[in-house]
Amino acid sequence: MTTAPAPGTGDAPTAFLDVRDLRIHFPTDDGLVKSVDGLSFQLEKGRTLGIVGESGSGKSVTSLGIMGLHTVGQYGRGRARISGEIWLDGKELMGADPDEVRRLRGREMAMIFQDPLSAMHPYFTIGHQITEAYRVHHPDADKKTARKRAVELLDRVGIPQPDRRVDDYPHQFSGGMRQRAMIAMALVNNPELLIADEPTTALDVTVQAQILDLIRDLQKEFGSAVIVITHDLGVVAELADDILVMYGGRCVERGPAEKVFSEPRHPYTWGLLGSMPRIDREQTDRLIPVKGSPPSLINIPSGCAFNPRCPYADVPAGGITRTERPELRLVGGDGAAGGGRHWSACHMAEEERARIWTEEIAPKL
Amino acid sequence: MFAYIVRRLFAVIVMLLVVILVTFGIFFAIPKFTGADPALMYIGKQADPAAIEGIREKLGLGKPILEQFWNFVSGIFAGRDYSSANGSVHCPAPCFGYSFKHENPVWPELTSRLPVTLSLAGGACVLWVTGGVLTGVVSALKRGTVWDRTAMTVALGGVSLPIYFTALLSLAVFKYKLGWVGGEYTSFADAPGSWFGGLILPWVTLAFLYAAMYARLTRATMLEVLGEDYIRTARAKGLAEPVVIGKHAMRSTMTPILTVLGMDLGALVGGAILTETAFSLPGLGQAAVAAINERDLPMILGVTLITASAVVFANLVVDLLYAVIDPRVRLS
Repeated sequence: MTTAPAPGTGDAPTAFLDVRDLRIHFPTDDGLVKSVDGLSFQLEKGRTLGIVGESGSGKSVTSLGIMGLHTVGQYGRGRARISGEIWLDGKELMGADPDEVRRLRGREMAMIFQDPLSAMHPYFTIGHQITEAYRVHHPDADKKTARKRAVELLDRVGIPQPDRRVDDYPHQFSGGMRQRAMIAMALVNNPELLIADEPTTALDVTVQAQILDLIRDLQKEFGSAVIVITHDLGVVAELADDILVMYGGRCVERGPAEKVFSEPRHPYTWGLLGSMPRIDREQTDRLIPVKGSPPSLINIPSGCAFNPRCPYADVPAGGITRTERPELRLVGGDGAAGGGRHWSACHMAEEERARIWTEEIAPKL
Repeated sequence: MFAYIVRRLFAVIVMLLVVILVTFGIFFAIPKFTGADPALMYIGKQADPAAIEGIREKLGLGKPILEQFWNFVSGIFAGRDYSSANGSVHCPAPCFGYSFKHENPVWPELTSRLPVTLSLAGGACVLWVTGGVLTGVVSALKRGTVWDRTAMTVALGGVSLPIYFTALLSLAVFKYKLGWVGGEYTSFADAPGSWFGGLILPWVTLAFLYAAMYARLTRATMLEVLGEDYIRTARAKGLAEPVVIGKHAMRSTMTPILTVLGMDLGALVGGAILTETAFSLPGLGQAAVAAINERDLPMILGVTLITASAVVFANLVVDLLYAVIDPRVRLS
């Protein structure tokens, strides 16, 4: 077998986090938006997965889906339609009681959001917001214990004078400090799964590096599984053990970070690498953008979703790229050569892709 | 926080002085320049020339404008005497004018009517805030459902139907046809039961109009707040939905409601003219209508000042409550 793990089999999970054939669709007046359309991946504790893709590729929708945040607070019409399986530490979340999933949220799985200013309530102190996260999962803890815990964590994430700053409001913090406080809030219950959704996008470049360092250090310390969602390959290069490239709601390539960076096997990944500025190499040419724009998630192109933008769409014979959707296949087949963990979804023959990468793409980067 | 309060109080004092200045200008200075005779407006055209001359003298209308203004303002704090050759009348502090038509100072007349208007506005306010906000929240949470559509249709009706229509309709049905509610207004201190009975219909009528507006405002605000990132964060922490809505979302939803509430209450304290007239409630609004009909200028002036002060004070209260709700207000 060289295809992705079979979806919906109900078998016991093989990893700490096991997402199988996740589909998240939103009915709208214009049609069904297929934000995530059949995504599977696994993640072990102590490892970091980077999910990469353009805006609208389904990265954030995936993370909110894992947290179960599409199914709460969706009042009235327009509910998301979700299917698939999400196994966290041996528990299946999709079919679980919503209240049970709520109790996992914030305790076993926590999330860091993109813009810490808008992600924190402007009317409550930082301390209140952290202790609230703690006390909801520790009903027996009194205010003093919770506050001590908040101060301790603010100290750990590098907030100076944490015992004083704990009573500040979010607007009294700088952008970087707010993101640190956000991280403290996410870590207050020692979650085993931490999802960071574009954790550095709203920050200055210098602060970005500090926050990435902090996330890496904390992961070592807490040993949790981390998912970093970003459009910035630089962030992924810093943090991730594994990379998952998303396009049009599906995974087009995934594998160990060093493999995806050194031997990418999907034209979209090549495009992403080509549009990334590098300071470690002599750069004389302009950056090469991926031509065109991301696909409409209502009318996803038939065949390979990337075909309208792919420079190699006509390489495979018979126009198969426009009629048939490519499945994820192991790079290097089942043999030991590929390492058995590097997958990509492309109709081109693997040898052809390897040739294009080494001869045409890599030299230009 | 203390500096903020002091600043706001100072602003209120300035604001009230401006209100008095403008009101004084309208009633005394402008007529002087346009050639109209304030004394004539004061007592009415039917009065005999001697009486008009007496009032002109008592009011000191011949004196310079600034001196007149000073007399008016100092009268508010110290009381004043209106005297002429025919004798003098004393208007004790706070003197907001003297009605020569009814031969009494305006202030006691205003204060005797204030409890009626306060009862009306207060009771209606409790009803409409509770009803409107609850309806709005439920509508927002059940957006697009039958409940939401029904509530918003009723609210649209509430906003569109004029109060003189709903007031007369409710009177016709509940008072005259069914006889469920009682008659005249009585003060709360005298008889709480009939105070309630006399006010319940005006309360409901007035509250219906405002509740409709507040329901729409609450629904819109709540829907906006529910889309905020910090609501998602609250859920991501594992908070139960009632806490997310009741604590995190409500706190933000209250801000615009408070703003509107301050203005509405302030304006209502100046007299719910239509409601009081329709239900024959002896409040400030009714006094204003009567004064306008009789061209009893001092009375109109008094009601105007009370209304303006009420709006200013209501806004002060709102500003202070803002600071309690929103920490960002305290510092800026």
